[in-house]
Amino acid sequence: MPSLFQQIKSGQLWDFHGGIHPPARKKLTSQVAIGQISLPERLYIPLRQHIGVAGKLLVKAGDTVLKGQALTAADNAMAIPVHAPTSGKVLSIEAYPSAHPSALPEPTLVLEPDGLEQWRPRHALDYLHTERPHLLARIQQAGIAGMGGAGFPTHIKSGASTGVDYLIINAVECEPYITADDVLMQHEASTIVRGIDILCKLLNPKAVLIGIEDDKPLAITAMQQACAGKADYLVRVVPAKYPSGGEKQLIKLLTSKEVPNGRRPLDIGIVMQNVGTVFAIAQAVEEDIPLISRIVTVVGQTLQHSQNIRALIGTPVGALLDACGFAPEPQQRVIMGGPMMGFTLPTLQIPLVKTTNCIIAPTRHELPAAGPEMDCIRCGACAEVCPAVLLPQQLVWYAKAKDYDQLKAHNLADCIECGACAYVCPSEIPLVQYYRVAKAEIRELAREELKAEQAKARFEARKERLERDKQQRAERNQALAAQRQSMLAEQQKQQILAAQQRQEQQPQETLSKEQIIAERERKKAEARAYQAAKAEQAEGSPAATAETPAADPRAAAVAAAIARAKAKKQADAVAHEPTPADSAPAEAAPATTAAQPDAETDPRKAAVAAAIARAKAKKQAETASPEPTPAESAPVAPAAQPESDTDPRKAAVAAAIARAKAKKLAEQAAATDTSAPDQTNPDQTAPVESAPEVAVPEATPDTTAPDPAAAKKAAIAAAIARAKAKQQSKPTEPEQPS
Amino acid sequence: MSFRIASSPHHHSLAQTPALMRTVALAALPGIAAQLYFFGYAVLIQIVLAMLTAWASEAAMLKLRGKPVLVRLKDHSALVTGLLLAIAIPAVAPWWIVVLGTAFAIVVVKQLYGGLGHNLFNPAMAAYVLLLISYPQQMTSWLPPTQLQHHAVTGADPICLVFSGYSCQGFSVAQIKADVDGKTMATALDTLRNDLTAGKTVTESLQQPVFDSYAGLGWSWINLGFLLGGLFLLQRRVIQWRIPVALLGSLTLLSLLAWLADSDRFASPLFHLFSGGTMLAAFFIATDPVSASTTTKGRLIYGALIGALVFVIRSFGGYPDGWAFAVMLANLSVPLIDAYTKPRAYGHRPGI
Ligand code: SF4
Ligand code: SF4
Repeated sequence: MPSLFQQIKSGQLWDFHGGIHPPARKKLTSQVAIGQISLPERLYIPLRQHIGVAGKLLVKAGDTVLKGQALTAADNAMAIPVHAPTSGKVLSIEAYPSAHPSALPEPTLVLEPDGLEQWRPRHALDYLHTERPHLLARIQQAGIAGMGGAGFPTHIKSGASTGVDYLIINAVECEPYITADDVLMQHEASTIVRGIDILCKLLNPKAVLIGIEDDKPLAITAMQQACAGKADYLVRVVPAKYPSGGEKQLIKLLTSKEVPNGRRPLDIGIVMQNVGTVFAIAQAVEEDIPLISRIVTVVGQTLQHSQNIRALIGTPVGALLDACGFAPEPQQRVIMGGPMMGFTLPTLQIPLVKTTNCIIAPTRHELPAAGPEMDCIRCGACAEVCPAVLLPQQLVWYAKAKDYDQLKAHNLADCIECGACAYVCPSEIPLVQYYRVAKAEIRELAREELKAEQAKARFEARKERLERDKQQRAERNQALAAQRQSMLAEQQKQQILAAQQRQEQQPQETLSKEQIIAERERKKAEARAYQAAKAEQAEGSPAATAETPAADPRAAAVAAAIARAKAKKQADAVAHEPTPADSAPAEAAPATTAAQPDAETDPRKAAVAAAIARAKAKKQAETASPEPTPAESAPVAPAAQPESDTDPRKAAVAAAIARAKAKKLAEQAAATDTSAPDQTNPDQTAPVESAPEVAVPEATPDTTAPDPAAAKKAAIAAAIARAKAKQQSKPTEPEQPS
Repeated sequence: MSFRIASSPHHHSLAQTPALMRTVALAALPGIAAQLYFFGYAVLIQIVLAMLTAWASEAAMLKLRGKPVLVRLKDHSALVTGLLLAIAIPAVAPWWIVVLGTAFAIVVVKQLYGGLGHNLFNPAMAAYVLLLISYPQQMTSWLPPTQLQHHAVTGADPICLVFSGYSCQGFSVAQIKADVDGKTMATALDTLRNDLTAGKTVTESLQQPVFDSYAGLGWSWINLGFLLGGLFLLQRRVIQWRIPVALLGSLTLLSLLAWLADSDRFASPLFHLFSGGTMLAAFFIATDPVSASTTTKGRLIYGALIGALVFVIRSFGGYPDGWAFAVMLANLSVPLIDAYTKPRAYGHRPGI
């Protein structure tokens, strides 16, 4: 069995699945001389005419340019410059309808030819004595991109230095009507072969296969003659069948290989170049002529004479048609490209670009418009002709149902949009149109999926960050609380000391009253600071929801401060005059009034505030008692009562209880508030329960303490209870779903 | 001036569904002509009735479903359904048989399933099965060929038979079917089956007058007519070769094997090929694209399956001819066949 290479060398051809035989209509133009047209008034040169990015603009409106001068720079690998097709003046760079099925405006340079055809200096290269990088740079700088239709940058395709077995020159030109490559081969075969020589130097292939359809006898002869003496240049005549000029189909046809799904021809050792591209390469290297003109087939029965025209890039289609005696019919269609894969133009302003090989202006009878779409009869004619071996009838079914998974399973992505299926479909279903829409939808979907994924990642990162923040906050708060606790203990110690001192300094009553007021003031400030701290704690969460829970700790703090003040006052009262606890407020009132003349407005205000606070605390205590208080608090009172028969002590205990109650209330309120969004959370009931528990052990030992110290101890206990309660209340701090 | 925007391709082959359907009708002509010759012009009455019913039910259903009536009617698919059913049922079956069958085919089997292209079953065959099960007597009322008729069916007789069940002279279908000895003459397949059940050998059975040299008298010509039409369809590329070739191939192969094994109990392949509705089914019914497999490999399997089922039903089943059942069973297996015969797309060959 001969090797594949031997089989290929011996001239064997293979077949690809499907394909159709539409009327070729190539005789209309294939043997008509190549025409020229006079310089159009304006040339419209789109800045990007290939697959890739536009180069940086090198000229500006008002500049005078020379023929062949680069208008954009080849500033990166995917950038292909465009050149001034003739000398003249740059009028503007503006958005202009593009040579694309959508005709969306694209940045286009408008050039006014001056008719002088003045060339820029040119530097021919001798490819044999030029390094590869220089040759590739020349190809890129000449603005050469695949001229068969795709417009892929040629210097990239020609840059592979190893692993190329076959260089295939695509001269098949399988679409009906088009003869641009045909006439090019007829007239420029030797230049084309020199272009192949250059590519061979770049790619180093084992063999060159030149595929030409058998309906181009003149081109075949010309190429065979030009290739005479080159043993590795094999002209392969392939039977006319559409779409044998498709890249994948031609590879199969000439080498029996299939490009694996999702890979490039280079992966199986094949590089394919269009014959027009090869010609452009030769011109660029040998004569330093950039890609500024090309041969285009202008054909159709609405034209007086159909012919191939060598036209400058940027020539408006209208000018080309007019040069051929265009007499449009109503509802005229003008097609850029072939009848199978070309697109209709909405306006004749659209310019000729590097990839334009044909302009068709058919009559209605010549290429009848598609009839009304009928139901698919599942005849399978489409599947028989599909060169990609797909099941077009199933694809259209799933495309209509928008079943993207099935579309993927049926390899919609492999559809080359050749139109063979729609050509044969007896129900005249615009199959390709359905596929285009479905493909666009799938692309859109993939984009959205990507977006959603990114958003999800973003969201998760944010959640993590917030979680981290919360943890840090909690740690900080804990530290703060501990600090506060020790600070409070210190204060209480100082208070005790101060009380003892006061006890010793009984005679200086007025002074001590002033001190009391000052002390109250200090406490108030403390309370305010505490409030502020509390508010700060609640700050991390959104204002609206945080406000209510925040208010409660505040209220609790106020209540605590008041209770503290009361307890102190009472303790003081105990120390000074053994009056019943009931009279304490009464006693305090004169005390404050007595202080009035001494103190300025501030102490007065403070006294009033204290009175109000006191009253409030009382009221709160009152309202708290009728409420179903937890059982734990009840034993405390009786337990304390028998032992603490003295009034001050009772008062202190009562104050402690009141404080604890007020706190608990506040916490309950806080708990209910915070539990509102999440009521089933068992954690949140814990502080409510533990608050009395805290009060019990602290309050009971107090009662055994000696009288004056008892009140103070109660105050300390209250402070501790407060701190503890606060600490406990922290976990219940409103957790907002951030 | 405004230019017309269209989507590629801008070119279309001339094959269009309405034209395809017309070609199918045209291709049925030789077979119909043979039927006409051997069984009288009653078949034409059936065709006219079926087509009228098909057209009316299709229009009514399209209207009900809110579809463009005129555009869709123009695909002619309903007319072909009616035509095929009319050819398949006995020529002198009462008029309501064909009307009922056609209406059922169009309304239930085709339109209720979603219209052209959506039906799971071949409408004509589903209707045929319904009729065969519901009205077995009327559905087997094939007259003997004109040449063998004792009471010749002539003049307005076919009209009388179709519309009243009696010939103009007042003979019932059963009386006409009787031979000189008063014994009922059935179709070739019926006769063979009855004889085999009665213990006769195939060779003995074939001595009877309803047979000519190798198959049923007249039936072989009708089959030849449909074969001719089928070849025409193939040549016009209206149908592809796979289903008919696979179908006839598997039928031939199986009957040949059976015949070689026991030629007393099994009829020859030739008998199978040219009896009953073999050629009609192979070229006109099994090739109905809508209900057939759509993959190339699948079509071979589909055709072979029908051929095998027909042989089995004819040789071992309770019905003399099994086309309708075989086609419907194969219709049912199409989704499975299609799923397993999905072609390998370009570039998806494993190991490349
Ligand atoms: S060619 Fe058209 S009608 Fe036939 S199966 Fe394909 S899509 Fe359906
Ligand atoms: S357009 Fe797509 S589905 Fe249709 S024949 Fe071409 S490759 Fe196959």
